[in-house]
Amino acid sequence: MNDAVAEEREKQVERPAEKQPDGNAGLNLKPSQRQPGAPAPDLRAHPGKTVGTVTVDNPVMSSRGVNVYYGDKHAIKNVDLDIGRNQVIAMIGPSGCGKSTFLRCLNRMNDTIEGARVTGAITLEGRDIYDRKQDVVQLRARVGMVFQKPNPFPKSIYDNVAYGPKIHGLASDRVELDEIVQTSLKRAGLWEEVKDRLAQPGTSLSGGQQQRLCIARTIAVNPEIILMDEPCSALDPIATARIEDLIDELRESYAIGIVTHSMQQAARVSQRTAYFHLGDLIEVGETDRIFTNPRHKLTEDYITGRFG
Amino acid sequence: MNELSEGHIVRGYDVDLAALRIKLLEMGGLVLDQVQVAVRALAGGDAAMARAVLARETAVNDYDVRIEEDTIALIARRQPMGSDLRVLISITRAVADLERVGDEAKKIARYAAEENMDHPRPALRKLARDARNMSRLALAMLRDALDAFDRMDPRAAADISRRDAELNAEFHAALRHQVSVAMEDPRRLQATVSAVFVLKSLERIGDHAKGIARHVVYLVQGRDVRHEDTAVLTGLEESAPGGGSSSDGSPPEAHDGERPADDAQRGDSRRAAS
Repeated sequence: MNDAVAEEREKQVERPAEKQPDGNAGLNLKPSQRQPGAPAPDLRAHPGKTVGTVTVDNPVMSSRGVNVYYGDKHAIKNVDLDIGRNQVIAMIGPSGCGKSTFLRCLNRMNDTIEGARVTGAITLEGRDIYDRKQDVVQLRARVGMVFQKPNPFPKSIYDNVAYGPKIHGLASDRVELDEIVQTSLKRAGLWEEVKDRLAQPGTSLSGGQQQRLCIARTIAVNPEIILMDEPCSALDPIATARIEDLIDELRESYAIGIVTHSMQQAARVSQRTAYFHLGDLIEVGETDRIFTNPRHKLTEDYITGRFG
Repeated sequence: MNELSEGHIVRGYDVDLAALRIKLLEMGGLVLDQVQVAVRALAGGDAAMARAVLARETAVNDYDVRIEEDTIALIARRQPMGSDLRVLISITRAVADLERVGDEAKKIARYAAEENMDHPRPALRKLARDARNMSRLALAMLRDALDAFDRMDPRAAADISRRDAELNAEFHAALRHQVSVAMEDPRRLQATVSAVFVLKSLERIGDHAKGIARHVVYLVQGRDVRHEDTAVLTGLEESAPGGGSSSDGSPPEAHDGERPADDAQRGDSRRAAS
């Protein structure tokens, strides 16, 4: 990578930092996972590492110099990436490239994995999500996650959606709770199909309906970001199309990060695409450009189905 | 990236793409021959030869239809991305250009087969000479454009654009020759008009060659330069990378073939680093 590009990138990443009103938001915060005595995170993006523009104006979430280790294995290497408002960013790459691992950093799912260590800085609206004071349950409400296999609770359809608002105290009475459940199911495009059977178990629904129920459950607690880890890989094409249509609609209200094995799906649903390879973030760019004219050979090899 | 050296994981995909490229080049060869024979028939006053060109026109159209069908099928079956997508778009565009070159050959052949019987001798001699000169330029351009397509070399675009300017100059000189003949014998104006159409056909072939060379720039670099002027293409020619792209699989290095200035700089920094 040449120096001109490196400089350009430095300029780009310094801009959002300058915008921070109090100066220390996102800076000098100590991730709970960081070892004592480890150097403070460098909040600047790393010039020359990733091809394309890793930053966006006014991001919801920013990652800088994120590393993930599973014991000795270095699973994510120095990744800088912003997630923008009202847009879908797709993370693609071959198996084991780190895309899911990276996604799981964004709502601290990796905390639950024995031997996993995360370094670097990840900020949500300018605040470090790995801060010791950060309530992880609260974080996971703000940064929701939808998984590959639909995983409704073994409860009624109603309770699946109502559970989150209840524990987060979002409804003061039954009427408000009913309203949240109804709105969430409507937004997830499921209301018409389930309004007459809300008391039936969530597991009685079809796979695609279960996945939309999980999305409704995520929406019910007013997240800012919805993360989706292969949300359609267990679904048939029609259920997949419904979810993709839903993603496009949800984009009006939320930022969405989606990990997918299907390049066609990434091309269909996202505005930005990030290509991971062996733990490195290789290239980030507008989806239209990534799929027609990628700049890195590894990206090209992957999206065209060549050996890479 | 200036090469597609590595194959797809699905090998049938490579076979399909290679077959399409070969068909395009075959069509190019046929079209080149059509123009050549049509001009020879015109210059030699050989109506039988001209009719052979007209008879072969359906073969050109068949290529047009078949390549388009195969391209659509390939898009539907394989959902091409990146350079594969650009190859298909470039092939589609190049085929459209070749098909029109075939039409121009047909027009020249039709003139050679039918219309030059009452043409005044001096005008015919001038037309034959001018057509031969123009066709020599136009055919060389077309051959080089197809060759650039085959080698995926975007540098030919600038050179072919410059030669198109030469061809245009020849065209205007040839027009003047026809006009002066018409002024000597206004009763034969109809024949002159027909001759002008022949010259115009040859001039158009140069435009199509230029178009094909520009599709190669899109194919290799993803830049649409169909409406750029020659100066832009010249910048591209000077900065074109010497070798192929690196394929050592090391992540931090982007491939070649974007903005000219970038390429030059990247080349420098690479040398400095080693």
